Amino acid sequence: MGTGHAHRSHVPGERPRGDSPVHRAPAHLKVLALLGFMLVVVATPREAYPVFALEAAVLLGVIAVSRVPLRHLLPRMVVEVPFVVFAVLMPFIAHGPRTDVLGVSVSEPGLVAGLALLVKGSIGVLASLTLAATTHPQDLLRGLQRLRTPDLLVQIMGFMIRYLQVVTAELGRMMTALRSRGCDPRSPRHWPVLARSLGALFIRSYERGERVHLAMLSRGYDGKLPT
Amino acid sequence: MSTPVLDVRGLAFAYPDGHQALFGVDLHVHRGERVALLGPNGAGKTTLVLHLNGILTAGKGSVAVSGLPVAKRHLQEIRRRVGIVFQDPDDQLFLGTVRQDVAFGPANLGLRGTALERRVMDALDRVGMADFADRPPHHLSYGQRRRVAVATVLAMEPEVLVLDEPSSNLDPASRRELAEILRSLDVTVLMVTHDLPYALELCPRSVVLSHGVVVADRSTFDVLTDEALMAAHRLELPWGFDPRRIDSLPG
Repeated sequence: MGTGHAHRSHVPGERPRGDSPVHRAPAHLKVLALLGFMLVVVATPREAYPVFALEAAVLLGVIAVSRVPLRHLLPRMVVEVPFVVFAVLMPFIAHGPRTDVLGVSVSEPGLVAGLALLVKGSIGVLASLTLAATTHPQDLLRGLQRLRTPDLLVQIMGFMIRYLQVVTAELGRMMTALRSRGCDPRSPRHWPVLARSLGALFIRSYERGERVHLAMLSRGYDGKLPT
Repeated sequence: MSTPVLDVRGLAFAYPDGHQALFGVDLHVHRGERVALLGPNGAGKTTLVLHLNGILTAGKGSVAVSGLPVAKRHLQEIRRRVGIVFQDPDDQLFLGTVRQDVAFGPANLGLRGTALERRVMDALDRVGMADFADRPPHHLSYGQRRRVAVATVLAMEPEVLVLDEPSSNLDPASRRELAEILRSLDVTVLMVTHDLPYALELCPRSVVLSHGVVVADRSTFDVLTDEALMAAHRLELPWGFDPRRIDSLPG
């Protein structure tokens, strides 16, 4: 019990594997670098394709130095899918002069905007994933602390990292219990049940939050975490 | 007679929703004692425990710890004196490493640097977890997490250690190891438990709480062998367990 979730490699809080200058760089510098890089990418004009190519090359260079395998990064890019869907739709729903691409009539400004969104989004997601893959979450928190991020925010992030696994494990056990009673959480027929168990999970997590707070108060918590 | 470590007098408490949990509880625990707090579910045990360090405030009556009344202006000192180990170690361990978690309490008391480090390692030593100082708590087994939870409180050098269901969810070996650790500690203990053999093994004295009042306060052996008392308050020994057949108890 309780150890089943300890060996999955993608859970947050897991020590990133590998060792490279990128892994060893201080977390607060990496956060600043990511922030600066993203500002530049977002500020790049839509049609400055050579600049995008340069930015992508810089990012790929950093990934090459960090030796994080693309096998690790690419599957995690699925978080981008909603943006991709939006970007792909843009040429079809936007107004303005039309142009033909492979025999299909699409909106020209829509095509440009969609392409720019896709490129900027992909660079951003890939850069963030690289930071995540090369930085231990605890170091990231300390880095944010050094950057004078409001203490409360850092504390909340710390709790999120710590309790995501507890809550995920709890969800896993609830799903197992549902399946054991003949419910298939994937089937739409059982979505009402799923919704109710997610509600129950929310209540349980809320109550756990209260218990954690009590336990902290019992040890003299006064609003500040010792660094 | 010396000042009791825990001195609860006529404690009554009702929750804001009107449900009254305690109806005048008296409890005295003296230095070096190990006392079990027994009682069925819903008897008010947890409510009583939360009064001991001022999480809840007495509706009526008083609570004092080594002579210091539990009141708002003393809360910091009260919470140092009364160390509560909660039932679920995941509620207690919330930081990235075992070391940080054990340091949380003493750091709140103002300890820094080498004094803090010494306090942390000393507490981890006492529960046999010093080798795990730099591990994240969620990578430990449940029994190890329970022991670290005890260390987080020991690190505050409390005058009384209050344990909520210390043996719950432990496998027999972890349960025994925890008993050995608790017996090795030179500290006053109040232990809330449904595990009656554990109470008999560790606590010479037992207090039975039922429907918000203390209905018995005697030696654990007397309580466990009083069938009428046990039946009246939904206390039951595990099948086949007979305190009278135990020759000697560990010291």
